[in-house]
Amino acid sequence: MSRLDALKTRIKEALPGLECVIGWQKGYDALHNTPLFIRGEADVDKLEWGALNVHNPAVYLPSFAGKKVGVVVKGCDSRSVVELLQEKLIDRDNVVIFSAGCDGVVDIAKVRAKLAAAGLSAGNAEKVTVDGKTVTVTAAGKAVSMPLAEVAADKCLRCQFPNAVLADAFVGDPAPQVQAAPAADADLAALDAMSVPERMAFWRYHMDRCIRCYACRNACPMCVCRDHCIAQSREPHWLSQEDSVTEKLMFQVVHAMHLAGRCTECGECQRACPMDIPVLALKKHLNRTIHDLFNYQAGVDVAAIPPLLQFKLEEDNIKERSW
Amino acid sequence: MPVLTGKELRIVGFLCNWCSYGGADTAGVGRFNQPTDLRIIRVPCSGRIDPLFIAKTLINGADGVLVSGCHPRDCHYAEGNFYARRRLEVLKRFLPILGIDPARFDYTWVSASEGQRWQKVVTVFTEQIHALGPATRHENVSPELLAKVASAIQGGNRVAA
Repeated sequence: MSRLDALKTRIKEALPGLECVIGWQKGYDALHNTPLFIRGEADVDKLEWGALNVHNPAVYLPSFAGKKVGVVVKGCDSRSVVELLQEKLIDRDNVVIFSAGCDGVVDIAKVRAKLAAAGLSAGNAEKVTVDGKTVTVTAAGKAVSMPLAEVAADKCLRCQFPNAVLADAFVGDPAPQVQAAPAADADLAALDAMSVPERMAFWRYHMDRCIRCYACRNACPMCVCRDHCIAQSREPHWLSQEDSVTEKLMFQVVHAMHLAGRCTECGECQRACPMDIPVLALKKHLNRTIHDLFNYQAGVDVAAIPPLLQFKLEEDNIKERSW
Repeated sequence: MPVLTGKELRIVGFLCNWCSYGGADTAGVGRFNQPTDLRIIRVPCSGRIDPLFIAKTLINGADGVLVSGCHPRDCHYAEGNFYARRRLEVLKRFLPILGIDPARFDYTWVSASEGQRWQKVVTVFTEQIHALGPATRHENVSPELLAKVASAIQGGNRVAA
């Protein structure tokens, strides 16, 4: 039985006791899957499992608070669920986690680039098949094969959790750990190589095209303030409506700082960005900092206390300045 | 102010009400000489300071930010400064990736009786900021620098291409 069929069977068994089960379905074209909310048995057959399941369904969980729901997750998504549980934003009794091993998901932008290189438009994609390590996209009657490793999302190339860290129903064989991961994230390495003023120029260059759609925030499973986000409140008035790079950059700083010690690097902020701004790099750096300071990784242990919500009388790694 | 243009920089200080603000007051009452670049904002506790206060201050052009609270184990609210210490250290290490010199921000602890320590902290920090000079006006990034960093992250510019 394939992973997908096994998932469907388990979901059908559990569905009567659940408000809905969140997963993925075929989207508006062959290249895109979209979130699926399974409310009845008929919806279960729409479920998809595979390399096109790019979204993080954990983002919807807080909006179902108080209702018992199921969620289908990849390994990375499960960390977001753990982080939500850890912060008591959702209740363990009210969430049923379905999962299977994940072999990586595609980065649609990379697929688009590959198609463009073959003279094809992603808008004409008719059929996508993922066979082990190869993605084959048929567009305008022409099939283009590309290795999954070349079009996979950056996070998948360094994936530490191909299998869910927490699941009620884990089906099929666990996926193998990623071998020969690159030593460092390419974006962080590029930023590290710059001087400090160059980095400011870098951010100003990229934030200049931000359209303040807040897709990065809306896609973020840890951004749970929703309508009460300080980016749009008048009191306190953290950000003005002014269309300046400073305001746009300040929002990214707000987002990053509010995720300090909480971000699981699911990469949804960057994936959702319609302007392709590399906003994840800020969070990656913060995670690296948190790891160095507190030896902590978000979203792996439900019982752990987030590092900024606790302290030690004598900190191990904070060396205060003597004047 | 015009007289001081070029001489004085804008340094913002966030001081807790119970220790450091008292310490600054003690320094004043004791008539200790201090540089006058620092503008003090009094907050209830160093634990009240959202790291975003500091980030926003620096992004919007302040030349330096100094945070001071009660010594660890001496917080008026028992543990506010312990939480503050973690947040402020995270912020200090976050600033460089954003392109802000981390030397423009510092945090320390000064008690209400430590007028002399306050004088020293203010003097040393102000000298440090003067050595760095006025903060760069980020709006005026040179086109050459922008061009240099534009392609730093591969794929980061897919829309414009």
